[in-house]
Amino acid sequence: MGLAKRIIPCLDVTNGRVVKGVNFTELRDAGDPVEISRRYDEQGADELTFLDITASSDDRDLILHIVEEVAAQVFIPLTVGGGVRQVADVRRLLNAGADKVSINTSAVQNPQLVADAAERYGAQCIVVAIDAKRVGDIGGAPPRWEVFTHGGRKATGLDVIAWARKMQSLGAGEILLTSMDSDGTRLGFDLALTRAVADAVDVPVIASGGVGNLQHLAEGVLQGRADAVLAASIFHYGEYTIQQAKAYMAQQGIEVRL
Amino acid sequence: MTDIAIVDYGMGNLRSVSKALEHVAPQASIVVTSDPDILRGAGRVVVPGQGAMPDCLRELDARGLRGAVLEAAAGKPFLGICIGLQMLFERSEEGDIPGLGILPGRVRRFAAPAKTDADGYRLKVPHMGWNQVRQTLDHPLWQGIPGDARFYFVHSYYVETADTESVAACSAYPLAFTCAVARDNIFAVQFHPEKSHEAGLTLLRNFVCWAPRSYTNGRIRNLSAQDAASDSILLNSDPTCSSFPQSTSKMASAYA
Repeated sequence: MGLAKRIIPCLDVTNGRVVKGVNFTELRDAGDPVEISRRYDEQGADELTFLDITASSDDRDLILHIVEEVAAQVFIPLTVGGGVRQVADVRRLLNAGADKVSINTSAVQNPQLVADAAERYGAQCIVVAIDAKRVGDIGGAPPRWEVFTHGGRKATGLDVIAWARKMQSLGAGEILLTSMDSDGTRLGFDLALTRAVADAVDVPVIASGGVGNLQHLAEGVLQGRADAVLAASIFHYGEYTIQQAKAYMAQQGIEVRL
Repeated sequence: MTDIAIVDYGMGNLRSVSKALEHVAPQASIVVTSDPDILRGAGRVVVPGQGAMPDCLRELDARGLRGAVLEAAAGKPFLGICIGLQMLFERSEEGDIPGLGILPGRVRRFAAPAKTDADGYRLKVPHMGWNQVRQTLDHPLWQGIPGDARFYFVHSYYVETADTESVAACSAYPLAFTCAVARDNIFAVQFHPEKSHEAGLTLLRNFVCWAPRSYTNGRIRNLSAQDAASDSILLNSDPTCSSFPQSTSKMASAYA
């Protein structure tokens, strides 16, 4: 008896549609966000994460309508990220029905935003998303990871472990950790990265990037010690259902909500 | 008349609570309000809450809502969620402040995160995710919810009640803690029923149908000692609300 490890389908949304990027370049249409949310809810998803990857700020309100519509039909936690720059953005998303708001680039540009948002709305609804890229493990040196921003285009020089700890101390209630090296490869999470961050912070860590099969999900928990695992394409295109993922994880001895 | 008033004191996600209630009670008039008079006139009151308890109480007072919340807790179907549970107690470790003092006990933080869980993993705080809820009291609000059903939690503090008779459910993280309390017209939970899928919606549906003995014809009245000692019964004539068992305590053996 205890807390279940969570399976979180992730929906990248642009112009009101769910898309799946392949290395941030070609985007494949994966369907209507409300419809997809309902399907994952029926399948037993533990949470849903929406990342608004809309380029233009004019279209930002679209995500609010989507969140509103989903929140009226789906009664599980919703996390929304993308384009969150100020406390007012956090408030708008929470008011639309988000339970947690994910902050990525803006946390690097203005760490005080994380502190202010957590102070105002509580650490439980502030997720800091970290895009990590492996550096300096050539020639047998221990691996290091650097924080990238702007959808992975901009290096920051920040060390991922130190950054995760700093975000926790400022009030992040959860870390959404994406390996840029693994993302889109379908070869599994960067388990060393996941484990290093999970062991370094006291808040829950969501592993993301690289899931290609159900074994990868289980590895994220068993080896990476993630509290939750996030995946997109294996669910979007009907390869696996959430039930199949949970049944597999349960077989591996992982406590899940069935 | 407002059927259900959700107390808005500027903290957290009230939309989730109102949406879930609208979903289970589409005919009911449900308002999110910071007007004490609307609270006083409402048939049922829900006190949600997120964030830090000192902020929650400060905002409650800033809006002049403390009195109306105390009145609701004294005489009408009352559902507390998360901080709405914690604030009912006498004192909180969070900010070391007094709570509303309606129930005896205090609010404590989960032990140092360096502690490990049963599998030797680092214990993460907040306690976030789906945990099992072991019902320790027969209560109308548990009707139709299987034992050990999972509900969604997100919190860093938990209640330690001084009155074990009022414990309605426990969870474990990794040690057992009280996650639901019930006394007379009050039912309060640490988890988020509005985010707990079928189990949570069932609990909310039960709340909408629940008529504790002290509540009649939508009128507020103070509890007498006799009322307080009596069991909750169902008075609602709504055919969708079938009769519920009488409450009896079975707390003692739940985590023995």
